Amino acid sequence: MKKSRVAASAVRSKSAAPKPNPRWGREEETEIFAKNVRLFRQGKISDDDFRRFRLQHGAYGSRLRMDYSMVRIKVPGGEITPEQLEKIASLSEAFSIGSAHVSTRQNIQLHWVQLEDVSEVMRGLVEVGLTTREACGNTVRNVMCSHFAGVCPSEAFDATPYAKAIARFLLRNPMCQNLPRKFKINFSCCDSHGLVRVADIGLVPTVKKPSSSSYTTTTTETSDETSRGFKIYLGGGLGAASFIGHLLEDFTPEDRLLATCMATIRLFDRHGNRENMARNRMRYLVHEMGWERFQKMVLKERSIVEMTTSYSTEQLFDVKSHEDTRQLPKASGRMTTMTKLPMLNVKVTKDSLGFERWLHTNAVQQKQEGYFTAFITLGAGDITASQLRVLASAIRDYSAEGVARNTPQQNFALRYVRETDLPNLYEKLASAGLANPGALTIASAVGCSGTTSCNLAITNSHRLAKEVQRKFLELGLDIDDSLRDATIKISGCPNSCGQHEIATIGFFGGATRMNNTMTPTYTMLFGGSAGEAGELGKAVMRVPAKRVIDTTLKIIELYKNERAAAAVAAAGGGGGDEDHHHETLHQWIIRLIKGQGSGSIKNLEGMKAALAQVIQLPSSPQQDPDAYRDYGSDSNFTAKTARGECAA
Amino acid sequence: MRSLTTTTTAATARKKKEAKVPDEDFKLPIVCDADTLRSLIRRKKSVRVVDVRKAEDYQREHIPTAVSLPLARVLENDQPEKIVTLLEELGISDSTPVVVYDDTFGALAARVAWTFQYVGHDNTALLEMTFKQWKELGLETEKQQHTFSRARHLLNIKKEIYVDASYVEAAAKSKPSTLLVDSRERLNYLTEHIPGARNIPYTMVGSEDSILRNAEELKRLIENRGIANDAEIITYCGSVGTLSGLTYYALKLAGFKNVKLYPKSFKEWKALGKPKEEFKEATYWDLSAE
Repeated sequence: MKKSRVAASAVRSKSAAPKPNPRWGREEETEIFAKNVRLFRQGKISDDDFRRFRLQHGAYGSRLRMDYSMVRIKVPGGEITPEQLEKIASLSEAFSIGSAHVSTRQNIQLHWVQLEDVSEVMRGLVEVGLTTREACGNTVRNVMCSHFAGVCPSEAFDATPYAKAIARFLLRNPMCQNLPRKFKINFSCCDSHGLVRVADIGLVPTVKKPSSSSYTTTTTETSDETSRGFKIYLGGGLGAASFIGHLLEDFTPEDRLLATCMATIRLFDRHGNRENMARNRMRYLVHEMGWERFQKMVLKERSIVEMTTSYSTEQLFDVKSHEDTRQLPKASGRMTTMTKLPMLNVKVTKDSLGFERWLHTNAVQQKQEGYFTAFITLGAGDITASQLRVLASAIRDYSAEGVARNTPQQNFALRYVRETDLPNLYEKLASAGLANPGALTIASAVGCSGTTSCNLAITNSHRLAKEVQRKFLELGLDIDDSLRDATIKISGCPNSCGQHEIATIGFFGGATRMNNTMTPTYTMLFGGSAGEAGELGKAVMRVPAKRVIDTTLKIIELYKNERAAAAVAAAGGGGGDEDHHHETLHQWIIRLIKGQGSGSIKNLEGMKAALAQVIQLPSSPQQDPDAYRDYGSDSNFTAKTARGECAA
Repeated sequence: MRSLTTTTTAATARKKKEAKVPDEDFKLPIVCDADTLRSLIRRKKSVRVVDVRKAEDYQREHIPTAVSLPLARVLENDQPEKIVTLLEELGISDSTPVVVYDDTFGALAARVAWTFQYVGHDNTALLEMTFKQWKELGLETEKQQHTFSRARHLLNIKKEIYVDASYVEAAAKSKPSTLLVDSRERLNYLTEHIPGARNIPYTMVGSEDSILRNAEELKRLIENRGIANDAEIITYCGSVGTLSGLTYYALKLAGFKNVKLYPKSFKEWKALGKPKEEFKEATYWDLSAE
């Protein structure tokens, strides 16, 4: 409609000029895809060849139905424009289920797309500059970047242009077209945000002062006297067996970033295991070879890369072209760490105004004075087409940078929102059901797609995450500051797409025979964390699916009791020298893992004993069949899986 | 505004402009664009514009010269003879060009247009846009209610565009070349459908500014699915043949000649206890953010 387009552009002019769109997609690839689907249907391409091709182009087979695909849209750095969101809305209505799904690696996924329609989805994406190319398969997957990059008060500099430049360099690059296995690169903004220790390559922006030997990741402004670089971690990753990445060297200057990445990928390509699909991620290579040997090889390979890479190849890594040259609000330089949340001084309760509660749990101050980043809480990453359109409009109306970022917590972040605009933004989001509180709290549970669409899933982790969120918001746990830094993340199988190993309380799905009945269960893990000091969670015990919510609530109750007891002890002067009555749930759980509990629960064994009752199912499955079933199912549970497609 | 006629080449588009169309026996394309309709209305040619929204919506405002025929009345009079009577009461004779519109992305209009064609009124077209879009473009509307003197219309049933449950069942059993198309949304289709049916959701055939994509695009979408041009295609949806009516016209527009509608659709099929194909191995409903 001509008229409505005019109206839309009038609104757009309110915010900054649109960000230049890097155009990741290519139209000819959509035509090739359509052609290959036809040839495959005619039996002229083998199953194996077609699968490899399909995955290379970002279409993953759906649960037990290979005639449907999950189309994974790469969003490099998580940065997405309103036009792109609107296009995804239309495509989801036309070819998918009318909702889109934000993944834990900043992709946006469209589920249950008929294989024959995938090329049409791709065609629409190309129109707005997006691609699905190399979103699956043995390739370099979406390059992640902290959603706080550029606005984080603790960052050395904005890593976003580097993330996009490396994504651009590696996309369609012949060196990445047939790796032993998938390859993941994550950029953070600072030492606490981002998933740098659980990636094949994790990068933390850092600056170095030449006059001294000290490096810092916490300088806000870089002057001419400092030089940019990264702390690079290699060989981390989550999966059936997870590893934490190793630091390559104290400081990798920015001009060696490309060579370091190329060297790492080349080594993986040459030495990675191409036989055993279960152990062919680079982290296994690093583990088997030993870090010191791998580290030496990378440094040596890097020298070779630097000696042999042509000038024109180097020019393809173009950070400058990805810099945002628009006039955005500048950082004052006064803030050096992220303001401790919550930002409201008023006491927020369950009965507080919706806006106050939302502000309390969904907004943080940026380093740019007067500007905030506001989060949109989704349920396990799901958003309807009409909500996507409202989000697009909210970006145009309220974000000075005119784009949004999606987050590994499966939410959206709207940045550069003026403080004075926050109430209006809230109203707009609320009109579309997008103003749920709890985005930056324990209530924002992460859940992979699980049995809703994935071949590998054993349980419906997706629905469980939504149920956890619903229950926690209902109970008002989002406004409890002692729970704020805790996280809950749920995967439907051991493969960690739900990132359960970096959660305070993580769960991965399985099947257990209980009282002679096959039952969906979750293995519960404690004490995982992200960031530069990230650690993997420790498995504690198995919990039936229908007992997960009660179990987490029981853990919170136990924590509260212990904290109250510590407070009494402290008041009585017998509480020792530690501030246990001030510690958060996350801190308490970490202490238990170390066996340093000071109250009635000393360690994980004590925790298990305290939870023994709550995980019990009614003894007779006949009396309460529902307790033995999974969420979203009215029939008895069976563990049904098919071949995974992560590895092509 | 994009022209949406059966033939979309630049040459025919130019020719159309020069010809300045309307005449008494003007033969409408499957989808009538707004300019053609406006020109027909302006020249007071005997075009009959049929508004199938609720009566009160019509009374509030409608396209000039339009008559009101809510879908419900068509469904209540579900016999060919009665439909012909309705046509006659609206002053539609055998040669009157008829343009139908709604405010439900074309689905209600499609069901009514199909009904007219079924009883022998071939010269029926869908307006390319909904009433809301017509308004948004600032095009003419009026409040005046119209009645026309009764016309004569023959009953000439076009049985090749209609099928019932037994036809569907027989075709599914013994005619592998026949293609059943389920027009409901993806999740409804995955849950249960007529065995062998394929899914072309109604959401797929429209575009942002028109009730149907252009012919070329529709052709490509359907060709992607490897459907042969001469295949017999039966469309159905959930209850009364509205969504499948729209898909029916999408297929016609894409150039498929042998398209049929099963207007009683899946509602009747289930009520008759006919077999269904179900898919229970995945919990896909939990992906919806609704």
